[in-house]
Amino acid sequence: MEQLAWLPVHDDLGAALSIARRIADPGERLARAMHLAGFRRDFTATGRLDRLAEAGLAATPAQLGLVPLRLAILASHTVDHLVPGIRVAGLHRGLALSVHVAPYGSYRQSLLGDDPALAAFAPQLILLALDAQDSPLDLPLDSPESAVEEAVAARIAELRHLWRRAKERFNAQVVQQLLVPASPPLFGSYEAMVPAAPRSLLDRLNAGLRAAAREDGVLLLDLAAQMAGQGPADGLADPVRWHQAKQLVSPTMAPLHGDLVARIAGAVLGRTRKCLVLDLDNTLWGGVIGDDGIEGIKLGQGNPTGEAFLAVQRYAAQLGRRGIILAVCSKNDSAVAEAAFANHPEMALKRGDIAAFLANWNDKAGNLRQIAKQLNIGLDALVFVDDNPAERDIIRRELPDVAVPELPDDAALYPAWLAAAGYFETAGFTADDAARGRSYAANAARQAVLDQTTDLEGYLRSLEMVLTARPIGPAELPRATQLVNKTNQFNLTTRRYTEAEMQALAADPDSLALSLRLADRFGDNGLISVVLARPDAALRPGEWLIDTWLMSCRVLGRKVEEATLQVLSDYARRQGITALIGEYRPTARNGMVAEHYPRLGFAPMAPLPDRPDGTLVWRYETRGSRPFAHPIALDTT
Amino acid sequence: MNDKEIYAALTQVFRDVFDDDDITLTPTTTADDIPGWDSQAHVNLVVAAETRFGIRFRTAELESLHNVGDFVQLIATRRKGA
Repeated sequence: MEQLAWLPVHDDLGAALSIARRIADPGERLARAMHLAGFRRDFTATGRLDRLAEAGLAATPAQLGLVPLRLAILASHTVDHLVPGIRVAGLHRGLALSVHVAPYGSYRQSLLGDDPALAAFAPQLILLALDAQDSPLDLPLDSPESAVEEAVAARIAELRHLWRRAKERFNAQVVQQLLVPASPPLFGSYEAMVPAAPRSLLDRLNAGLRAAAREDGVLLLDLAAQMAGQGPADGLADPVRWHQAKQLVSPTMAPLHGDLVARIAGAVLGRTRKCLVLDLDNTLWGGVIGDDGIEGIKLGQGNPTGEAFLAVQRYAAQLGRRGIILAVCSKNDSAVAEAAFANHPEMALKRGDIAAFLANWNDKAGNLRQIAKQLNIGLDALVFVDDNPAERDIIRRELPDVAVPELPDDAALYPAWLAAAGYFETAGFTADDAARGRSYAANAARQAVLDQTTDLEGYLRSLEMVLTARPIGPAELPRATQLVNKTNQFNLTTRRYTEAEMQALAADPDSLALSLRLADRFGDNGLISVVLARPDAALRPGEWLIDTWLMSCRVLGRKVEEATLQVLSDYARRQGITALIGEYRPTARNGMVAEHYPRLGFAPMAPLPDRPDGTLVWRYETRGSRPFAHPIALDTT
Repeated sequence: MNDKEIYAALTQVFRDVFDDDDITLTPTTTADDIPGWDSQAHVNLVVAAETRFGIRFRTAELESLHNVGDFVQLIATRRKGA
């Protein structure tokens, strides 16, 4: 697979770059760079894009909706040539990345000793890019298993100590690069039988890193696995580049490397896609069901094409089981398309797996808007997969926020391309993710009951809802962080925090970090709301700023806000807090909560100092305010 | 591909790597003549030229690439299959 194969090819990227660099306004150049970063590009074009964006990024990145993040790279090999690729991939993924590279080979000093430059940079994300040549375990080849285990354990313990320091000193999320096999095998296939052989040691170190990272909440960058089969074979651990410049990753692979790093940064900030929208004909099965009929389409075993499409469906179904919402958008007769799901015996995807099903003759841009609306997610949460290049092109032009991967002309390769594009990179996987598919199905059942009822209050009571509030602890931390970073609509302030920052907030005895789960008779909706409240320099003692209040749109219209306020003010009163100060910070996406605080009986007050333009402030007395009626039982033990 | 064609293609490589459409090359052009031609840019040049001309330079040859004339000569040799 060619590098960045899922991105469309520009007619003449070089010429477009030459024109763009003559634009006088830095902000316009940045906007142009963001657009061009979405095309397939080699490392020289990527370098030019980086220069195109540079001045604009330094000025006011937030204007273009980019989320800023500070990334420090602590490496034991040369990485400077990889920085442009990281920044440009960030632009493509909606991030304004500032990148700090610590002096080559000084990662211990940077974390254990004093590195004023790193401290001043205040990294939010630290990539520890180590290689097999660094700190080799010098063991005789005939060392017994126990000696190897001991040496590996000691090295892992040293790295864990560095991770902890990075967390403590900078509140940063750590990303550990797994070791890339750079030296040739010594024993061939027998290698693994010799515990102290170089490849054996490397495998053991990587296994140890994986296990430790899981325990410590550290993320991994697995270059060897992610780059295999993509781009030139000599792009990783090329001995010529190593001897010439101590480069582990060749400049040729900088665009893909940058994307791999940027997608982890995006995942940390919740900038990942949530929903896979699938075309039907020649995407989920071979042929056109309207013409070929249900018995004529190619799907299932016994035929190579049918097997290939079955594999596409299985991959989509697996994505569904890890929490990616599945939808269908197809130009088809609705009854015909539904019949395939109901009646074709080989369908791996079931109708119940599909949260939004739009098969009609309307234009697909309109249908994609409809899907986003129906699921209460943004267009920038969608990935649209369609075999038809013309449809792909239209959607890219009409809806630039939707990710539309290029596809190879062979369905057998669809899953690998989709996986390579990294749309669904994540910084965590929780039980709530695994249950999401069922949750959307339960929502359809709730909707069916609601459609039959004329009495909304009676309907809400009939749901038998229970809201469970708990201070955010280790069990709630991953999902709460995920929500903080990906909730755009029902989010009063849209403040983003890394897991380490959330942990610090939760540990502060003067603050409140609250997670809320909602269950009802149709099932558990999982952790659906996060409220963070804390003292603030702009407030008086005894007052809390509601730093963050967000909620999943899946539970809109069920009076969860009223119940949440009751929980919040109970907690506040118990801590001696007399007033809650709520802020609304408008964004392009959170208009639905503009009236949130006045609706809950908060009173308007004068703006606080140093707030972004348009911020509105509201006040709620925890004593004497009349509690709101709601049909939800509370569990706050 | 004769030397003239190699110069033309290599000029485009330099322009792309240094993001400067005004670069013109002569055999004696060295790092001193082009702002930004540092050791990192040098590796980028080598790799971009390898990609453009479909060749690989040998490790020992990397030390002998001091000016544009060296580049062109080596590219011509490699392309002849030597």
